[in-house]
Amino acid sequence: MSVLLLLTLFTAGFQISDFRLPAPFLAVAESLTNRSIAWPEWEQWKRVLLLQDYNTRVVMTGTGLLGMAAGLVGSFTLLRRRALMGDALSHATLPGVGLAFLLAPYLGLDEKSLSVLLTGAALSGILGVVAILYIRNLTRLKEDAALAIVLSVFFGAGIAILTIVQQVPSGHAAGLESFIYGKTASMIASDAQLIATAGVLSMIIIAVLYKELTLLCFDEGFAGARGYPVFFLDLLLMALVVIVTIIGLQAVGLVLMIALLVIPAAAARFWTHDLKRMMLISSGIGGGGGLAGSAMSAVFPNLPSGAMIVIVCSCLFFLSLLFGRSRGVLVRIARRWDLNRSVDRQHLLRGMYELLEAREPETGSAAIGMPFSQLLAMRTWSSFRLLRQIERCRRAGLLVRHDNARLSLTEAGLAEASRLVHEHRLWELYLITQADVAPARVDQAADTIEHVLEPELIVQLEELLAQQRMSCGVVASPHPTIEQGRMP
Amino acid sequence: MNSSLPLAVNDLTVAWHRKPVIWDVDIEVQPGQLVGVVGPNGAGKSTLLKAIMDLVPKASGRVEIFGQSYRQSRHRVGYVPQRESVDWDFPISVLDVVTMGLYGKIGWCLPVRRKHRDIALRALEQVGMSDLANRQISQLSGGQQQRTFLARALVQDADLYLMDEPFAAVDAATEKAIVEILRDMRKAGKTAIVIHHDLPTVPEYFDAVVLLNMRVVASGPTKDVFTRENLERTYGGRLTLLDEATEAMRRRERTL
Repeated sequence: MSVLLLLTLFTAGFQISDFRLPAPFLAVAESLTNRSIAWPEWEQWKRVLLLQDYNTRVVMTGTGLLGMAAGLVGSFTLLRRRALMGDALSHATLPGVGLAFLLAPYLGLDEKSLSVLLTGAALSGILGVVAILYIRNLTRLKEDAALAIVLSVFFGAGIAILTIVQQVPSGHAAGLESFIYGKTASMIASDAQLIATAGVLSMIIIAVLYKELTLLCFDEGFAGARGYPVFFLDLLLMALVVIVTIIGLQAVGLVLMIALLVIPAAAARFWTHDLKRMMLISSGIGGGGGLAGSAMSAVFPNLPSGAMIVIVCSCLFFLSLLFGRSRGVLVRIARRWDLNRSVDRQHLLRGMYELLEAREPETGSAAIGMPFSQLLAMRTWSSFRLLRQIERCRRAGLLVRHDNARLSLTEAGLAEASRLVHEHRLWELYLITQADVAPARVDQAADTIEHVLEPELIVQLEELLAQQRMSCGVVASPHPTIEQGRMP
Repeated sequence: MNSSLPLAVNDLTVAWHRKPVIWDVDIEVQPGQLVGVVGPNGAGKSTLLKAIMDLVPKASGRVEIFGQSYRQSRHRVGYVPQRESVDWDFPISVLDVVTMGLYGKIGWCLPVRRKHRDIALRALEQVGMSDLANRQISQLSGGQQQRTFLARALVQDADLYLMDEPFAAVDAATEKAIVEILRDMRKAGKTAIVIHHDLPTVPEYFDAVVLLNMRVVASGPTKDVFTRENLERTYGGRLTLLDEATEAMRRRERTL
């Protein structure tokens, strides 16, 4: 049995060693693994961080502007819910790159010129988008299926073409694989200038058409009714995605380009509810990611810069997710705590009011106060939670603690408590009279809703109930407030 | 051709994938009237408004607004879409939404200026929301969302307003505010065509009604047309056979 297993493993080993990866993958694998990634010398860090090389300066300007443009365009595609279109588009560019390299000599062009390769990339990217639209409109497939088909088929075709390119004897195809994962190290000054020019151009288009694109993304129907060419505006947005994707191919690579279009915009959404600010933050995150990523790539020339840029961007994304000021996780937890605390406070004040109300008028005034144990028995709260809330209310001047651990409401506390009880009972009455909730269960039903009631609703409640019975001051409770069994 | 008629629809048919949504619709709307469009779900009420504004392709028929095509008289038409048609989580403020009604006047590529914001603020005052101008739209209640849309239509200062269910799921205060604005519009000689769901309020709110169930069951002054018999014909589903026939056609189409 074990011999058989060994034999199988042996032959499998043979097969693996016989098997050869397609050339582009080999090249990629080489660029990923073959060269050593030594920790750079201080000298190298300094050269990059102080921007001493002309080439580093140019490349970083280029990728920074690319990131900013991607952040701006990405904000609109995210809001238009077309984020995945960018992914399909970027994957669809690969066959164009290979074909441009193969065909350029026959057309009398320089096959190594970036603009020739990018023109090929743009043409096949656009062909990919057109294919998606055709599949969606002519068959009954949904858009996600169309996206997946186009993305994988074009990418597969691209890999096949690159394999062929690698085997063409005259072709110096090394470097084409940098379009897959991105490699700023192979970028020269004129490439960076092309990226910068196209990036600035798309930023200008966005600034000029900000108003129209916002209208398109927010309310397509209204835009159409007002006579805006919705189809043309969508096309324009798609053209911007094409521009940004194409110029990002070299720095970020087509596999990860979608990250630069989506992550900065999604991260910015955690910080603000204002579109202009969101776009500024998004372009800042994109630009920062571009700069930091290409700097890392200059320090570690063997690492693909696309991965670097994406790693920096996603770090910023997680920071935004946690600390974002308008929707971050921490802010939302804090808001939840705030609500819980205010609910506890309302419970405490209401409980004290109800105890006060239940007390025989002649046996004592509010000044003597009520014992802690009675309050504790009113709800299922721990004494720790109750004590903390009592301390908070004391500091807010709503109640006082006497030496004998008894509590009484201050004047402000009494006013607040009677307001709360009043609102609670209004809501209870509403539920009993209008929603047919049984009086025995109404306390709990009211409790779940009343803490989030808005002032306008209270006014409406008052108006509604005033027609039925006169309520001056605090309404009497529609059910016994303190159950006899629970009284200490 | 009659340039005084705010809206004249002749023989309008709209189809989705060859399934007719509205059929042979003929409507004439007199100036200075509030017109309610009433009908069951799926009767094609929204489609009718969209077809009037060229937002969906017409299979046949003609629409004239003040005697001209929609394209020519677009500036005289204000539109209040259904509230649910947009994402209210979109990161803009109430004022931003209302100024959208002025984009046509501002022109392509030019920024929103102070005077446009002032016009928008006045419209917000009209709908009773001036204190919420800078609020983010994600924080609005349903009624406030509806009033925001109404203010966006008001800034256009149009002569004909098309409103898609402005009374759907709004609070009593908003309903009152909208009715008041509609009556002010009528006083100023404007016309409004309003899709409406709440049958009991129809005679109170509207001068004329269009009862729609794929085709126009009846249209005219409310007191003549809004009768029990007509309502039964509208909601009674007398078109189920037609519906089934078109559905069968569509099924065959899918298998081809």
